[in-house]
Amino acid sequence: MSTIRFGQAITQALDEEMSRDPEVILLGEDIGRPGGSFGITRGLLEKHGEDRVLDTPISEEAVVGAALGASMMGARPVVEIMFNDFIVLAMDQVVNQAAKIHYMTGGRLSAPLVIRMLCGTNGSTAAQHSQSLEAWFAHVPGLKVVAPSTPRDAKAFLKAAIRDPDPVMFFEQRMLYNTKGEVDGDSEPAPLGEGLVVREGGDLTIATYMRGVHQALEAAAILEEDGISVEVWDVRSLVPFDRDGLRASLERTGRLLTLHEAVARGGFGAEIAAIAASEMFDLLKAPIGRVGALATPHPYAPQLEAAMLPSVERIVDVARATVRGGAGVV
Amino acid sequence: MTRAVGERLDTPTLVGLYERMLLIRRFEERASEYRLAGHIPGFLHPCIGQEASAVGACAALGPDDVILSTHRGHGHMLARGADPGRMYAELYARVEGYNRSKGGSLHMIDTELGFLGANGIVGGGIPIAGGAALQQKRRGRGGVAVSFFGDGAVNQGAFHEVLNLCALWSLPAVFVCENNLYGEFTPQADQSPIPDVADRAAAYAMPGTIADGNDVLDVYEKVAEAVARARAGDGPSLVECKTYRHRGHYEGDMCSYRPEGELEQWLETDPTITFPARLAQELGVDETELGEVRARVERRLDEAAAFAAAGTVAGVEQTLEHVYADSIDSKALR
Ligand SMILES: Cc1ncc(C[n+]2csc(CCOP(=O)(O)OP(=O)(O)O)c2C)c(N)n1
Ligand SMILES: [Mg+2]
Repeated sequence: MSTIRFGQAITQALDEEMSRDPEVILLGEDIGRPGGSFGITRGLLEKHGEDRVLDTPISEEAVVGAALGASMMGARPVVEIMFNDFIVLAMDQVVNQAAKIHYMTGGRLSAPLVIRMLCGTNGSTAAQHSQSLEAWFAHVPGLKVVAPSTPRDAKAFLKAAIRDPDPVMFFEQRMLYNTKGEVDGDSEPAPLGEGLVVREGGDLTIATYMRGVHQALEAAAILEEDGISVEVWDVRSLVPFDRDGLRASLERTGRLLTLHEAVARGGFGAEIAAIAASEMFDLLKAPIGRVGALATPHPYAPQLEAAMLPSVERIVDVARATVRGGAGVV
Repeated sequence: MTRAVGERLDTPTLVGLYERMLLIRRFEERASEYRLAGHIPGFLHPCIGQEASAVGACAALGPDDVILSTHRGHGHMLARGADPGRMYAELYARVEGYNRSKGGSLHMIDTELGFLGANGIVGGGIPIAGGAALQQKRRGRGGVAVSFFGDGAVNQGAFHEVLNLCALWSLPAVFVCENNLYGEFTPQADQSPIPDVADRAAAYAMPGTIADGNDVLDVYEKVAEAVARARAGDGPSLVECKTYRHRGHYEGDMCSYRPEGELEQWLETDPTITFPARLAQELGVDETELGEVRARVERRLDEAAAFAAAGTVAGVEQTLEHVYADSIDSKALR
């Protein structure tokens, strides 16, 4: 057991999986000798060789296609997309090809590849380097979508994603890269699709993921002073989604607030709310609260960005309203 | 058609090439009838007229090679040796079909033959072919990846990204452009200022050659050269086959956009007529033998169609199967 940063957990997962399976290869821009834009692949080329750490041209579509074609023939490629904003240049390969290959071939081919993407703001990173696009991919049958909040989960889930037989979209929130947590040495992968109660409570469930978990914990501490007992439920994996975990939490609290840094409109919180409202309505004592970013591109100016993104204050406000029985959006 | 037919291949092989071309021609003509009869529910993009490109290119391949194809892919698949029965079964939406009725014409595969898929997206197979070539190189067994695409696809960004990447990494890829002069209803000249697609190879430091796409032997020779180069580790090539589709873009297209006389001119080089004529003239293959080929093709297709018609229809419970390769609790994946 050691305490490491989130980014290091990713590096360890890649390194250990590459040591375990020679079919694991990495592709991405600047990931070779430079070690990637955020240093995640530093040292991997030197250790595992140029044939397995493939530093690519700036050609997202060709790179995702290369990973896909290789995966269909037995490789286990992991692509690094510098920011999830750039995955849009490879959408055909992700959405029309990789996601559907298993289904449209009647199960005869599959695409066991992982696409790692940085997401979220890092402070004034503005409109094209700050988005959180996870909901887009959760909408596409055939893809799995993972969004860890801690170094332990990041490592265990990335290992699981690499061994998974399906294409996995793996989100890494920039603001979490330097957060620390305990991680086992040569740890085992954790199965995808299990949420986690990270704080128990009796009045309100905050269902969230990635940095939202940390914000929810802060909000929970403030709300506790008001006598509101908050349960923080880390979704961890959007697809597969842990319906039973959500139900178990709502059985304890009877109230739900969804939270993510992604824009609230059409965000994954809407899906969680819909699952709760349509399948667990009997458990709900109040309308569902929603917190997400405002529906604007990410502004550059710090004060505008702060107004756009979910804050602990906003979470606290919406939580109070939800518990009073009159939840608001935003 | 400059060289003598018998120069590189023996007579039975050459007759075999004719048989493949005829099989494709008749497969497509019958598919059109079966569609009109209501047996085929989806799209069909017939490759009638382009048989020589498919057969010539595939004749240059070995068992370890893989192919990525297009929306006009039946010919490539049959040229590679696919079973017309399982193909018709897929078109008829039967479980016995290549994709268990989940794919249809646009997504057909045969994993055993290394046929990794037609594609419903123009240019969509090109990046996958780059990845297949990458894995061929990693395997180190000399296999290549062939990417078929049309003249329309070369205007997609992916084409340029992938040619650059494959050339940079010296991947064993062979890019075969079937230039049939049209993308849907628009002439190639209205879509690109570069009439010869082969010229684009120069931008990626790879050889670009032009083949007479209606001459199966010319295509064979040009593709064989590209394959040899790829196998030797010298990287990718681009081969442009100049050809023409006799039918519309899809079944039902009336081709009102064609200038008068254009089709008639191309019919003069119809490979299913000119090639057997050369076999007769230059190698003395007699009418009896050619007649046997024709009869064999019809018998095979009769059986194939009967196989499809007798196939089973998937139960609706199969709708949710094969979304994921994982056997995880399906409730969590809804
Ligand atoms: C990305 C995309 N855009 C448009 C289409 C519609 N479409 C299908 S085939 C086709 C023409 C393709 O022309 P070409 O590449 O020359 O192939 P050909 O049909 O001539 O064989 C078009 C535009 C598509 N399937 N995919
Ligand atoms: Mg065309």
